Amino acid sequence: MSQAQGAYYVPHDSRWPVFGIPGMVLLAAGFSLYLNGGSWGMPLMVVGAIITLIMTVMWFRDVVNESVAGKYNTQVDASFRQGMAWFIFSEVMFFGAFFGALFYARVFSIPWLGGDDPATARYLWDSVALSWPTAGPGFLDLDYQAMGPLWLPTINTLILLTSGVTLTYAHHAMKENHRNKVIAGLAATVLLGFIFMCVQSYEYVHAYQDLNLRLDTGIYGSTFFMLTGFHGLHVTLGAVALLVMLIRVIKGHFTADDHFGFEAAAWYWHFVDVVWLGLFVFVYLI
Amino acid sequence: MSSTTHDAHHDHHDHAPPKGMTRWLFTTNHKDLGVLYMVFALIMFFVGGAMAMVIRAELFQPGLNLVDPHFFNQMTTMHALVMIFGAVMPAFTGLANWLIPVQIGAPDMALPRVNNWAFWLLPAGFVLLLLTLFMPGGGPAGGWTMYPPLVLQLGDAFPFLIFAVHVLGISSIMGSINIVATILNMRAPGMTLMKMPLFVWAWLITAFLIVAVMPVLAGAVTMLLTDQYFGTSFFSAAGGGDPVMFQHIFWFFGHPEVYILILPAFGIVSAIIPTFARKPLFGYSSMVYATASIAFLSFIVWGHHMFSVGMPLAGQLFFMYATMLVAVPTGVKIFNWMATMWQGSMTFETPMLFAIAFVILFTIGGLSGVMLALAPVDLQYHDTYFVVAHFHYVLVSGAIFSIMAGVYYWLPKWTGHMYDERLGKWHFWLSMVSVNVLFFPQHFLGLAGMPRRIPDYALQFAEFNMISSIGGFAFGLSQLIFLWVIIKCVRGGEKASDQVWEGAKGLEWTLPSPAPYHTFETPPVVK
Ligand code: HEM
Ligand SMILES: [Cu+2]
Repeated sequence: MSQAQGAYYVPHDSRWPVFGIPGMVLLAAGFSLYLNGGSWGMPLMVVGAIITLIMTVMWFRDVVNESVAGKYNTQVDASFRQGMAWFIFSEVMFFGAFFGALFYARVFSIPWLGGDDPATARYLWDSVALSWPTAGPGFLDLDYQAMGPLWLPTINTLILLTSGVTLTYAHHAMKENHRNKVIAGLAATVLLGFIFMCVQSYEYVHAYQDLNLRLDTGIYGSTFFMLTGFHGLHVTLGAVALLVMLIRVIKGHFTADDHFGFEAAAWYWHFVDVVWLGLFVFVYLI
Repeated sequence: MSSTTHDAHHDHHDHAPPKGMTRWLFTTNHKDLGVLYMVFALIMFFVGGAMAMVIRAELFQPGLNLVDPHFFNQMTTMHALVMIFGAVMPAFTGLANWLIPVQIGAPDMALPRVNNWAFWLLPAGFVLLLLTLFMPGGGPAGGWTMYPPLVLQLGDAFPFLIFAVHVLGISSIMGSINIVATILNMRAPGMTLMKMPLFVWAWLITAFLIVAVMPVLAGAVTMLLTDQYFGTSFFSAAGGGDPVMFQHIFWFFGHPEVYILILPAFGIVSAIIPTFARKPLFGYSSMVYATASIAFLSFIVWGHHMFSVGMPLAGQLFFMYATMLVAVPTGVKIFNWMATMWQGSMTFETPMLFAIAFVILFTIGGLSGVMLALAPVDLQYHDTYFVVAHFHYVLVSGAIFSIMAGVYYWLPKWTGHMYDERLGKWHFWLSMVSVNVLFFPQHFLGLAGMPRRIPDYALQFAEFNMISSIGGFAFGLSQLIFLWVIIKCVRGGEKASDQVWEGAKGLEWTLPSPAPYHTFETPPVVK
């Protein structure tokens, strides 16, 4: 505490970013080679992913150590808040691109291809009738079923909403210094996140095996899997973040009025929650 | 653990920078990172410039003369990507890094580690991107806009292009989050928002735009990737998607992007003109509001890039009128710069020359923009050299000129030496004349129907193309003077005073020249 009083903490050097850069290049180049069918792609990609992972873990470890050592004053805390808030905003915009694709397909391209736009209909697929969900005019005889809201997605909605409640419970407990309640709330949240991912995985298996609904099932399959897939990825990240926070709570890193790490993870979780509600309404329900 | 002890050891801020290469690799110092960004941008400016020279050499005369058409297409595509993501954006980010903390009285940027990462992602992205030129099938050749289905014909380079865009996107998002956090959280006591220098304001809004639209580009190129390799149908009509959808998503990013490339320029020019007119900036608050309105409007005008693609009439009308509205706040700015100069006691050092040239030439680019905004006539102009002339007036004699103005303006503060004013003037006048010889004839080529992105052309376009190429070579060569002036100034020269320029106002001019490694560790109080 005393050391950092007043002064804004600026680390003198930072090694992990530069350490991680070759990892990111390898990850990207390896993935590219893999996609191009090169046999070197996969191993390079794995090495890159490991380096990137090490960077992430070590970097966060440094920050946690500094935080525990009391180097961060309230202004540093505010910087972290700003950083996290704007990062989440950028994530919202990322999802916006995919929601935009979904809306565009449903409002414009499907009706146009289905005859609303005479020119398109005449030159491409004459007089096909298209309505959502569809795999597109080129795959009219494809036999698949759409994923309705019942029951898996509805169950998952309830799970995520409940996890929001347990997380808020943990947050209140944190502010009142009830460590055991924090641990209980957080553990419940992580567990619910885990169950969510299990249900989601089961839903994917169900889609592929029983419904013949796949990533390449036209625009419906594309939007369905890309939106739910990226969401699932974010749930996983959020759950890992919450798990780390759980460990930090157990280690006693937080106090009633100084626990931004926890709050950042919580913000992220709520963001993932809200995205799910959007998904539930626009991908499953209507 | 080691890091904790290491830092504890350093806690009493030693003021000298560490020695050797690792200083630059591991630095968290905003001035070091600012320098790295600017050096990187300068290198990329010459890389992209070399590609432009290839383009103009091929177009010197009609016929296929020098390079293979496929290579020509790679040059136009890579030139744009390198200049936008490698030269202009990093140069502005470098200026932001160096200047924003000293302009608002902060000890450093808010998130110094993120700052280091954001910079080093740039070389990573460009390794991925530039390597594509040596791959089977060559580098990206379908235009920087990456429209499907054309871009899907790219060979092995395709995934590298996509991931390069991702990496560069992460870099600029991280850089921008840091800038927003710095501006909102690190201002010295008394430095209220409406007292901030306009460069800081411009960057606050630019950084917001970057955080808002770079992820959208990332999403768009991700869809390209999955369409290519994982069987999705976002941009394929057979699957119910639409290639035009890519254009909508791309330009939702793309138009704000062009403002990302110009708003910081507005900030630089708004700093320089008052200094050399020796008058406060006219209409400070209207400048702030105009910048914010431009940023807002930039989200609702993307359709003007797509008039000729096919769009419902209502869409055409909406995008046309919304685009023309942009001219209003832009006009406010140009008026304010002129009013600042009005009756000022002006002198014409190199920064001021570049700034004045910016005002004049950017206005020409803005006016051709308004012409392009008219949906019915854009059908004629679209994808012709008229568009090329338009965006080069706003980008070269706009963004790039402002960066040069800024470099001349702050170079004495960075190096502690005055640059060679005589060489600076040579650089300016050669650039000013050649940039117009280079780009003005392209307006006429475009109006007469010469398409863009093409290695050969009909005979009636020969003369103007030759003139344009001559201007191009002259402009390219003139930039070597710029390089020389910078090197010379770093190595020595007349000692610069703290204030450097007689009329300069603001916190950075209260610091010694060169500014010490750490500044404002205890915040100044701004009245
Ligand atoms: C008054 C302000 C402006 C207006 C009304 C305007 C309007 C337009 C229009 C309508 C087009 C599309 C033309 C076509 O493709 O047919 C266009 C293209 C372009 N503009 Fe602007 N513009 C303005 C300012 C700017 C600024 C400030 C920049 C960048 C610094 C810029 C950069 C570009 C670029 C790069 C393109 C070409 C994109 C491509 O097709 O590759 N413009 N502009
Ligand atoms: Cu535009």
